[in-house]
Amino acid sequence: MNRKKTSGLLQQLVFVGPSTLFFTVIIVIPFLLGLYYSFTSWNGVSGEVTWVGIDNFKQILTKDPDFGKAFWFTVRFTVIGIILTNLLGFFLAYFLTKPLKTRNVLRTVFFMPNVIGGLLLGFIWQFIFVKGFAAVGSATGWHFFNLPWLGDATTAFWGIVIVFVWQTAGYLMVIYISSINNIPKDIIEAAEIDGASRLQILKTVIMPLVMPAVTVCLFLAISWSFKMFDLNLSLTKGGPFRSTESVALNIYNEAFQNNRYGLGTAKAIIFFVVVAVITSLQVKLTKSKEVES
Amino acid sequence: MEVSKKYRFGTLATEIVMVVIALLFLIPFYFLFVNSVKTFGDLLTNAASWPKSFEWHNYAKAWDMTNFPTAFKNSLIVTVFSNLLLALFSAMAAYRMVRHNSRFNRFLFAVFVAAMVIPFQSIMIPLVKVMSSLGLMNSIPGLIVSYLGFGVPLSVFLFHGFVKSIPLEIEEAARVDGTNTYGTFFRIVLPLLKPMFVTVIILNTLWIWNDYLLPSLVLQSADLRTIPIATFAFFGQFTKQWDLALPALVLGILPVIIFFLAMQKYIVEGITQGAVKG
Repeated sequence: MNRKKTSGLLQQLVFVGPSTLFFTVIIVIPFLLGLYYSFTSWNGVSGEVTWVGIDNFKQILTKDPDFGKAFWFTVRFTVIGIILTNLLGFFLAYFLTKPLKTRNVLRTVFFMPNVIGGLLLGFIWQFIFVKGFAAVGSATGWHFFNLPWLGDATTAFWGIVIVFVWQTAGYLMVIYISSINNIPKDIIEAAEIDGASRLQILKTVIMPLVMPAVTVCLFLAISWSFKMFDLNLSLTKGGPFRSTESVALNIYNEAFQNNRYGLGTAKAIIFFVVVAVITSLQVKLTKSKEVES
Repeated sequence: MEVSKKYRFGTLATEIVMVVIALLFLIPFYFLFVNSVKTFGDLLTNAASWPKSFEWHNYAKAWDMTNFPTAFKNSLIVTVFSNLLLALFSAMAAYRMVRHNSRFNRFLFAVFVAAMVIPFQSIMIPLVKVMSSLGLMNSIPGLIVSYLGFGVPLSVFLFHGFVKSIPLEIEEAARVDGTNTYGTFFRIVLPLLKPMFVTVIILNTLWIWNDYLLPSLVLQSADLRTIPIATFAFFGQFTKQWDLALPALVLGILPVIIFFLAMQKYIVEGITQGAVKG
């Protein structure tokens, strides 16, 4: 009996041990330390860590307009980004589930931007906005291409949105395609026989049945856009004048540029709480929609 | 007859519109490639035109200056070893957690799932401190260890769902034949998990290969740089030197594009699987 117990314990250790160990060292301990440091004036360099209570949080909420600006930017970007990327992703999926000859090639093309990391994409698009758009602008004379792309707050914002949508729509398309393909053919045929128009079929048959995919895609898009860092860093570096600085970039700069680690961890904790709340709200909301349909 | 003709016309129109959109999608790649082989003067005159001459030595310069072979090797080592260990450890943990559904394991699984919400930026600052006190900073193994930590929650979650769908009878038959738990797992269960291995490895590969922030915090030496860090350092040094920067970017994206075109079928499957479970 005792031997069985020891071998059970050994199995638990062998099977679950490695994962738990790495998870604890890399996620749990830093997370708990972060909670502690957010109440200190730690500067990351000296060993000296002074407890300052809720001073960091007070300062962030009352005396740090840049953090508020970064949050507002991130919220605006997230809202617009997830709407556009989901619309485009669904649009592509809807038409690429029709019997087109070029269907497979087109799917490949639309997905391709996604396999490239945000950092390299940002650099590529920096060239396109600055040099490529200018060239197209002088050839066509179209005002759109002659705007000062990335040069002012508005064009920089939309520049990031364009690249984000270009990068992520293909991923969501893949999920929407699989969801549309899972709709039983006879339901759509029955609707056709009943004389429903294509728009009616889209609205009353396809849309409700892809709601689970919508949940997943919204979840993914929110998570990507709210935590955006790489694209932001390489495309605009948060500029001009910190007008396109995301929360993630703001936290990074606070800690690793200004060396205010205590303040940085406090921001990081606020960021975590907001992400956790949004995520759970969003899952709850869309899950309830699914049941209704 | 009338209906099918109209339908065919509609399909053709859709096809044309979609092809046009696809070409729009590809334009950034056109700009990137075409300008990467131009002389600096040609590039400044007109970025949209076809190159007057093909300056392939732009690539030779970028190759040398970014130290591309080293960056590629580092990226490869990090991605391969993180992936193999992550997939193996996660599969083992998920297997045990499903088959031995104790209160502790249920708690642990709940913690893994909850941790998926934590954004990387929320823990990166103390992480640097923890890693330096463990001597994991500025080393490739250290970076791999941190990928194991960050990858465990999602990977265990994906395997967990998959193991549940494997009928217990198969394992029971093996056990009757006298195979112990380890033998059952490695010889019977592991092969059955193959589809989920593909999914987990694809998702983790795209993440780890392209990741910038974590390696930029962990690695400092130039000879340890992965592709994204090498590109970032190079770009910072030669901003606006597009005849060097663009070929470096093409080199940087080429491996992952080739990987994508070769593994496309599995990537699409992996994403759909991962999404369904997520």
